[in-house]
Amino acid sequence: MGIEVVRLSDVSKIFTVRTQKSLKDSLINALVRRHHDEEFRALDHVDLSINAGESLGLVGPNGSGKSTMLKVIGGILVPNGGKVQVRGRLAAMIELGAGFHQDLTGRENVFLNAAILGLSKTVTQSYLDSIVEFSGISEFIDTQVKFYSSGMYVRLAFAVAVHVDPDVLLVDEVLAVGDEPFQVKCMEKIHQFQQEGRTIVLVSHSAAQVLQVCDRAVVLDHGRVKLDGSPELALSELQDHYQTMIEADAEAASRAHSTYDAKIVDLWFGDGTLAPETQIELNTGDAIVIGGQLEFAHPVPGWKLLVRVENSLGMHFIQVDSEANLAQTLPCTEHARFSLELPDNRLPSGDYLLSVFVYDANGVQLDGRVRELPLRVTTGQRSTGPVYSDATLTFS
Amino acid sequence: MAIAQTRTARLAALPLVDMNPPGGFFRGALRDWANIWTHHELLSQLMLREIKARYKGSALGMLWSFIRPLVMLCVYYVAVGYFLGASKGIPGFGLFIFSGLTIWGLFSEIVQTATVSVISNAAIIKKIQLPREVFPLAGIGPALLNFSIQIGLALLVGVFTGSLTWRSLVIHLPLSIMVVLVWAVAVALLASALNVYFRDVGYIVEVGLMIGFWALPVVYSWAMVSSKIGAFLQEVYLANPITMAVLGVQKAVWGGNDALYFPDNLGPRMLVALFVGVVALFLAQRLFSRLQANFAQEV
Repeated sequence: MGIEVVRLSDVSKIFTVRTQKSLKDSLINALVRRHHDEEFRALDHVDLSINAGESLGLVGPNGSGKSTMLKVIGGILVPNGGKVQVRGRLAAMIELGAGFHQDLTGRENVFLNAAILGLSKTVTQSYLDSIVEFSGISEFIDTQVKFYSSGMYVRLAFAVAVHVDPDVLLVDEVLAVGDEPFQVKCMEKIHQFQQEGRTIVLVSHSAAQVLQVCDRAVVLDHGRVKLDGSPELALSELQDHYQTMIEADAEAASRAHSTYDAKIVDLWFGDGTLAPETQIELNTGDAIVIGGQLEFAHPVPGWKLLVRVENSLGMHFIQVDSEANLAQTLPCTEHARFSLELPDNRLPSGDYLLSVFVYDANGVQLDGRVRELPLRVTTGQRSTGPVYSDATLTFS
Repeated sequence: MAIAQTRTARLAALPLVDMNPPGGFFRGALRDWANIWTHHELLSQLMLREIKARYKGSALGMLWSFIRPLVMLCVYYVAVGYFLGASKGIPGFGLFIFSGLTIWGLFSEIVQTATVSVISNAAIIKKIQLPREVFPLAGIGPALLNFSIQIGLALLVGVFTGSLTWRSLVIHLPLSIMVVLVWAVAVALLASALNVYFRDVGYIVEVGLMIGFWALPVVYSWAMVSSKIGAFLQEVYLANPITMAVLGVQKAVWGGNDALYFPDNLGPRMLVALFVGVVALFLAQRLFSRLQANFAQEV
């Protein structure tokens, strides 16, 4: 049983979208009693509890309330309802370099920024060497920051931020700063934080980062907690959501752009005898066989078929395009029944999903079935990595 | 792992703290001021930033603290004193204007910088939780620095001309400074917070300061005012706390012994201005506290 460090109870946050911002407008509004204000509910009765030492990822599409949640936890925004409680020292890395003054030198800004983040002058003084070393810009520390490159700027800001000694660290999209060596350094620092038992709440759009850092993830959707579980589960859920959105967009676009109409009526694994939606289980080396039934309103000359195998996080493993890969011209009919065989699969152990798309000759999507056919592959233990190999080791 | 365990043990002993505690009127005020005090290092850093950044890159630097009021002094001396003839009724007209300008400069500078302080620090306010009062308060630093340089010069001149009275220096000057600080901070808190919601406030403050300057006995004397208006209007005129502060500085630096230029009971009147100012400051902070809850989304 862990110790609770953050507790949100029934928290709501409503933004009023004001359309005007002057005294005159307000007066006129008050007089005629007309309301132009629109309300936007960024957090909708959220309950959440985070324990000490956890690394929680907040994921969700844009506008789902991730950043609002982080700011409410950090006390930057005051919720309209509910209660936010925190145990221990809290620090927010929301935008690096907030409060840097362009006309001051790097060194002066270190002190200023540290004070803003809650470090005393003596403590900052004792960390100064370490901050400068971490930032890796010691040559320029006495230069005004307006002459810094954007990379140098964030390096220095990050260096200050990681020297604050928080129990709970709130991070918003700031880990991917600087060049690759610096990013590695940042990640090391985060792992060190985790080993020191600090709690991390991370907002990120990068699935890889959430997987790398977090041991728990929460999916937000329209201000509500949609899912709270393992990062893999959360990201898979999110990927489904994204793909549906992408498809909806693509379909809307195709309706506007193509004179043709096509429909994927049915999809199946193997010879079509399996009930749809059942997950099939395969071993290494088994062939993946997919079949489908397509209907065209009118025969479409030069249409294309695309089949994709991806894992639950949306990483593509196999993609087959009837034109680009197979150089095949597909039959121009009103009804088409296809079967695609992918022999000798070398996928690593895991769960996969299949998507099937139909395009016209111009590459406009006519129909798509996304992440529909579930597939589980079980391999031996003889290798790891994106391609499974039945490795054997011999000596002579 | 050992570090993690000690941290967990330490955390276990701490209570869950409410991020947005329900604020009682008086208890909330106490908590807010205590919170500002715990951030006094940040406040001094911000003041330092204001001072350093102000003169960075300017060739004359600190000298501008002298040049601006001295130029104003010359303009008023010639235009108001000579052409309009105000200097005829006021001996030592130069020092008279200068002493009033210094204390007025303290007030107007604090109010002016504070009005935009919350908006110009939007980047910090949106990202970091801290008592937002520090931004309007930070303007006190450079304003006080400017003021002390100027008043130092005024005192020096006062010593040379012999117009300086030690008794008033000890009583009236500190009182004047306190009155101005208390009222300036009250107005600063109010203006900075309201400016987030209504950008008109910036212009209102600008106009208000312009009127405020001419409503004060800086380029004319109290003797001229009292000879022109009746007893009731005189009381209205003197109800302005900043008038008290200006008269206080003039009494200390310029003409301590001349009763003609000062109203009766100047000392007690200043004490009243200070007391009312403290109440006003308290109320202004309460309003600021209410308004600051939505700063992060409105600014």
